[in-house]
This record gives sequence, structure tokens and C-alpha cells, in this order.
Amino acid sequence: MAERMAARLMDATTPLTERYAERIAAAFAKYPDKRSAVMPILFLAQETYGYLTAEALREVAALCEMDPTQVQSIAGFYTMYRERPKGRYWLQVCTDLPCALNGADAFYRDLQEYLGIHEEGGTSADGLFTLEHVMCLAACDKAPMLQCNFRYLESLDLAKMKAFIEEKRAELEREVANGAVAGEGA
Amino acid sequence: MRGRGGAGFPTGVKWSFIPPSEPLTYVVVNADESETGTFKDREIMEGNPHQLLEGALICARAIRASAVYIYLRGEFWDIAAALDERIAQLYDEDLAGEDILGSGWGCDVFTHLGAGAYICGEESALLESLEGKLGMPRVRPPFPAQKGGGLYYEPTVVNNVETLANVPWIMEHGAAAYRAIGTEQSTGTKVFCVSGNVQRPGNYELALGTPLRELLYDCAGGPPEGRQFKAVLPSGGSGPIVPTTEEILDTPLSYEGCVAAGTILGSASVIAMDDSVDMTWVASKVTKFFRHESCGKCTPCREGTYWLDRVLDRILAGEGRAQDIRLIDSVAKNMQGATLCALGDFAANPIIHTIAHFPADFQAHFENAVEVASAAEAAGD
Repeated sequence: MAERMAARLMDATTPLTERYAERIAAAFAKYPDKRSAVMPILFLAQETYGYLTAEALREVAALCEMDPTQVQSIAGFYTMYRERPKGRYWLQVCTDLPCALNGADAFYRDLQEYLGIHEEGGTSADGLFTLEHVMCLAACDKAPMLQCNFRYLESLDLAKMKAFIEEKRAELEREVANGAVAGEGA
Repeated sequence: MRGRGGAGFPTGVKWSFIPPSEPLTYVVVNADESETGTFKDREIMEGNPHQLLEGALICARAIRASAVYIYLRGEFWDIAAALDERIAQLYDEDLAGEDILGSGWGCDVFTHLGAGAYICGEESALLESLEGKLGMPRVRPPFPAQKGGGLYYEPTVVNNVETLANVPWIMEHGAAAYRAIGTEQSTGTKVFCVSGNVQRPGNYELALGTPLRELLYDCAGGPPEGRQFKAVLPSGGSGPIVPTTEEILDTPLSYEGCVAAGTILGSASVIAMDDSVDMTWVASKVTKFFRHESCGKCTPCREGTYWLDRVLDRILAGEGRAQDIRLIDSVAKNMQGATLCALGDFAANPIIHTIAHFPADFQAHFENAVEVASAAEAAGD
């Protein structure tokens, strides 16, 4: 059944169904109700479009047989969905109590300073890094920590993050030199 | 065994609530692990995924469930992917799917990812989220185990990861052997997550009833060099804070022992604080968490956490008014028992108990404070 559905989705050919037909069909196969697949499919839409555009929300709504407004409310309620474009690297620093007892607030301020990002959720001038706070990520024994595009970086300090940031900046420079990107970053 | 997610409800009793003749029932594994200071389920699933899967399937067999859904917080996508591989093995070995081992009973096993919402660790909000809705608590009754209250309105057992991970051991060694560990009312072992101001933060599995002193000193290595412990949150951000007096350090870490000491064991996420920490700041930190995580459904929690956070910010900025302590204490007490889920009560705890145990920490912020004429004026900015 999942294969037949995947084939049907491929025929519809939107960027989302073209890229993820099999994974969408697999998501629907898990539940007796199409609506239950809305969260996994929103993640796939986010990967396809970079963030949840109005077009992406309409497409997910059609797939899950929901109203686009309902899908938008889901996207707004859960913090892992991006409703606006972000930098190529989305840095979310935990500053909840256990992390803060181990220097996470100062770590966050140092990162802000180093990246030149002064508002919550702001993006660095080169478009590479978006920086914001996040609530407890269940890694309290490895503070300070953050997640970068949903991958955990743990037991951090500013020196480690500087190395990480410079490596990503160098990567971007190489891409620009090779003509892979226009120089604006993400 | 009592449930390891936080409430400590007897697991067998929970299972027994499932009506025996219902044709369609579910097991939902709560792997949303989002309580501040809790990081045990992550390690169980990373280190010993089969123990969880086996426990979940034993529960499913007991209630003859047709499917198991493992709800993981979205950030655990890599753990979910690893679990999916183990689940595929179960199907290959005829331990999941149709007609398991020729028994005539079949059960599917699926993972499901959340997307960032603390409230989805609350079981009825988790079920809403699994159904593709906003993660907001349901009005109960009906409870999840009852027709109309569970997943897709069918009777459902919702158990924490650690709870189910205990089940295979009990099946193998028997109830008497399990009861021989721990205390009379709190049987077995518990994974304690230790974080905050300690030398060796991490997960430690100990018999329930082990004294707090042993956990904080022998396991976690005591406070940082040159410091003393000042306070501990035995149950993450949501339980009452207690000062680390000699008497408290001797508290047996069991459900009943923690209640006798004026706090709760909860999920046993022990956050330790040393004597350099200002408890007003602690109250503010925890309140910011709850302000962000309140789902907004119940007014006392939504508005209460918002105003508590603003008044605490004002106090920490040195702009507190003399009656602000009374004000936040009153707001917090009015939130208690006034919400659909326990989050409203949790959010009141950091205020009420820090004020009760550490009044001097609050007073220190009020050196230049003046009494403002009316409570209404005090609540405004």
C-alpha cells in the first residue's frame, strides 16, 4: 500500500512529494488517521523549502486533508519548525537552570559578541549563523551545550565554538571561490 | 513498581485499568524527556534500546494492544532512527507485526517525533500531539486507559521509557526479587540525573531509598572546589526546592522519603546549587522555562507565568517594590490546583518554595524598595 501511495505522490510532483514521496507514504502508513502524519511531513517540508513557506503549509495541508490554518497553528506551536528563513547554521543554546549553573548565560553572551548578533534569533552579517536561546535539551550533564541544525554540540566553551565558526566561515569562502554560491551564504 | 516519569503511579494498576474485552488498545511510550535537569531516557534509549522495546512489547502483550507508539522529543531524531533499525529487527525475528510467534496476536511498533514542546510530556497533551493536534492537555475523565480518553479515543497505556525498561527484569527475576531492592513503598532501582554545581554530573542508577548524601557526594563528587551545597531541586524544575541541611542530606531518595522532606522525587532529576547561587535568580530561571512552555490553554498558568516572570525580572534589576514578594507568592498560590494539567502547579513551586526557604535571598534585592500604594499598581509596570 505504501508503495502504491508513493507512486501516486510522485505523479503529483511538487518539490516536496518529488523529493520525499517514499518517506511521506511511510509516515501515512504508521497511523490510522492522516492527520497524525502532519508533524513528520512538516519536518520534510522544512527540509525541502528551508522553512515553512505559505506554499509548504498549503501543500502539507492538502496531503494531510487538513485546513492550511490548522497546519499553520501546528507550525507555530512547536519550536522546531521554522516559520522564517534562518542562517545556514541555526545555533540554539540552552540557558536553562542546569546549563546556566555551568556558565551558559556568559557563554551565550560571548557567542553573541563573537558573531556580532545582538537580537534574539538574529543572523550574522554573512548569513551563516542564527543564534537564539532554547529550552532544556536533556543534556544537562554536558553544559554548556547547544544544538546546531538539531545536532548536539556538548561540553562547549568559547574557544571550541570559535574554531567551529571559523571552520564554517572558511568553508563558505571556499564555496564562493569555487563559484558554488553567490557570496550571500544561505 | 511505580511509574518513573514523575508521578510515581503504580504501573501494574495503570495497566489493569484497560478494559479486558476492548478490541483496539494502544501502548504509548513517553520518550518526550523535557523536564529541566532530566536526561536519563536519552541514555537508556541510546545505551540499551532493546530493554525498552522488550518492556513495551510485554506491556502490549499484557493488554493485547494492536500498536506501540514511541513518542520521542523531536531533538532525539537520531535516537529514533537507531530505534527504527532495532524495530525492523523485531519484525525480522517475528517479535512484532502480525501473528507474533504464531500466538494469534499481532502488534506494530512505531516511533513518532515531537517538534519541541515541554507540555507534550504530559500524557494527554502527548496523545493530542500524536493525533496531529496542538499539544494541549485534555479534560479528564475520561482518562487515557478508558474508552474515549486514549489515543484515537481507544484505551491506552502511556508509560515512561524508564518504567518500561524495568519490566523485562521483573519478568525474568520475579516480583519478589524486584521488591527486595529499594524500600517497601518505592521498589527497585532508579536512574538519578545529577546536574548543576557538582564535580561529576551524570546519570547514576541506585536503589530507591539511597540517601541524597550518597548521590551528591559519593556519586557526583560533591560541590565544586571551595564551595558548599546550598539547595537542591530533587525533581528538576517542577518540584519544590529544599535547602541542603544535614537532615535533608540524610533524606532517603524514595517517593515517600522525598514527600516527608517537603519535596517530591518526580523524575529524580537532581539539580544541585552551591552557596554562590542567588535563589531569586533560580526562581527567575525556572519561571522563564514555564512561561515559555505554558501551552496557553488555562488562564492561570498562561497569565500567571507571564506576570511572575516580569515581576521577577523587575526584582532582579533592583527595581522591585517592597510588596513584590507578597505579590508573586500570591500569584503563584492562585495558580495551584487551577489548571487542567500539573504544569500550573509546577510553575508555582519555584516561587513558593524559594521564598519560604530563602527569604534573605529575596530581601537582598529590596534595599531601596518602596511600598507602592495598591496591589493593582504594584502589578502594573
